[in-house]
Amino acid sequence: MLPHLFRNEFSKITAVLCKRLGPSHIQLAEDIASETFLLASETWPYKGVPENPTAWLYVVAKNKLHNYLTRNKLYNDKIKPALESERPDVEIPDIDLSETNIYDSQLQMLFAVCHPSVPAESQIALALRILCGFGIEEIASAFLSNKATINKRLLRAKEKLRLENIPIEMPPEAALPQRLENVLTTLYLLFNEGYYSESHDTVLREDLCLEAMRLTQMLTAYPATAQPQVYALLAMMCFHASRFKARKNDQGELILYEDQDESLWNRELIAQGAFFLHKAAAGEQASRYHLEAGIAYWHTIKTDSPEKWQQILQLYNRLLLLEYSPIAALNRTFALSKVKGNAAAISEAEKLQLLDNPYYFSLLGTLYAESNADTAIGHFEKALSLAKTNADRNIISMKIKHLKVSRTG
Amino acid sequence: MDEFVLIFRHMDGKEVASPEQIQQWMQMTMDWIGGIAAQNKFVAGVGLPFDEAKVVHSNKMVTNGAFGDIKETIGGYIIVRAESVEEAVEFAKGSPVLLGEGNTVEVRKVAHK
Repeated sequence: MLPHLFRNEFSKITAVLCKRLGPSHIQLAEDIASETFLLASETWPYKGVPENPTAWLYVVAKNKLHNYLTRNKLYNDKIKPALESERPDVEIPDIDLSETNIYDSQLQMLFAVCHPSVPAESQIALALRILCGFGIEEIASAFLSNKATINKRLLRAKEKLRLENIPIEMPPEAALPQRLENVLTTLYLLFNEGYYSESHDTVLREDLCLEAMRLTQMLTAYPATAQPQVYALLAMMCFHASRFKARKNDQGELILYEDQDESLWNRELIAQGAFFLHKAAAGEQASRYHLEAGIAYWHTIKTDSPEKWQQILQLYNRLLLLEYSPIAALNRTFALSKVKGNAAAISEAEKLQLLDNPYYFSLLGTLYAESNADTAIGHFEKALSLAKTNADRNIISMKIKHLKVSRTG
Repeated sequence: MDEFVLIFRHMDGKEVASPEQIQQWMQMTMDWIGGIAAQNKFVAGVGLPFDEAKVVHSNKMVTNGAFGDIKETIGGYIIVRAESVEEAVEFAKGSPVLLGEGNTVEVRKVAHK
């Protein structure tokens, strides 16, 4: 069987059905798609996979929708005859599963799902469910959460779309820049969910990133949304994704950037990223995605050079002027240490005062490692007590161990 | 937390710097502002190029250039967040503007809205 056939087709059928039925009936769209795949899973093992599985799925989905609408119509005819007199002999329209309509429906659903009235975590869950065809269990596993929590998030998202009656269509021109910004934020978060997920399921994590990239690339195919910042985000994703195979070992433990085997970096993705970054350079403005893509680009060059770190430092400076975040502040200070040395960086780092952030103490530990092992160990121990994930705890413990060995040796 | 304006006062802007010097100065300024932004204490900033600057006098006469009869002019400003004027002054001390002889950075608290 084709890889991801169910997942891909589920997302296509659901998007088209959502578009066809409107924001009030997303659950129904999902149910019809689910029933379609249930039927496939019940019959294909015995009767064999049909020659054209996609066509088979579309016919079944169409029939199921048709049955539903007919049943619903009968119901309405009996209970509400008034409706009947208003619209006699309503033809039940077919659903259009052409490539164009699938594409348009998915794009429009993307804008609906990322509507600012839907809470961010629900947006990501719904995007994974409706636009990427992930199962509830898969979403729960990727988020290290449980099915009940994910179901709650999905329910909240669908309720919002229904209550606010958010149309499944492209936003009007005047609203497009802001709505596109919202979509990019969600796709950025979706990518990060996959990239930084603690889930042990490597395939699932990578799929999450690839789906975020697919949806971002979808935006570049439509003239109104093929904006420089979209290309910039896509470039950033490609550069990060290029290190996917190098950043975890067989046990699923994180391998730090400087310890990664460069030969495992995906050169094709780096080249693609460079192509997209070039396309992103069209506009006047440098969005945060431009800056982050620039930083990610310089990280695809493993060899340290004064130019590399000077560029990264300047990009972080600009990123911080656009938008403060603790992680950008910490990374900026690390870049500063590469340009101006550890002593200069320590005095800047100590001003950050991110006292509940484990990475703050890891940074201080790293900066002190050469000059004062005891102080460095103290900082790493503080980091260890604040760390929230096993991957982080493992790395910090390793650093402490190394420092203790080198101190006695 | 209050907001303070750090106003860069330049002496004799006619002194022409080389492109290399300008680039170096830009980078130093970015590093300085980046350090403030990394503490989440940067609010806004504006650079004021001397090119095309005009001075409008009380008799509505207009003269070219930022430097009229006086030799001092404003090259830009940034707004920072700080607990006290002392903290704002510490930020000001890091400004590369001060590397220019005679230049000053004026620290002024923003009036509450």
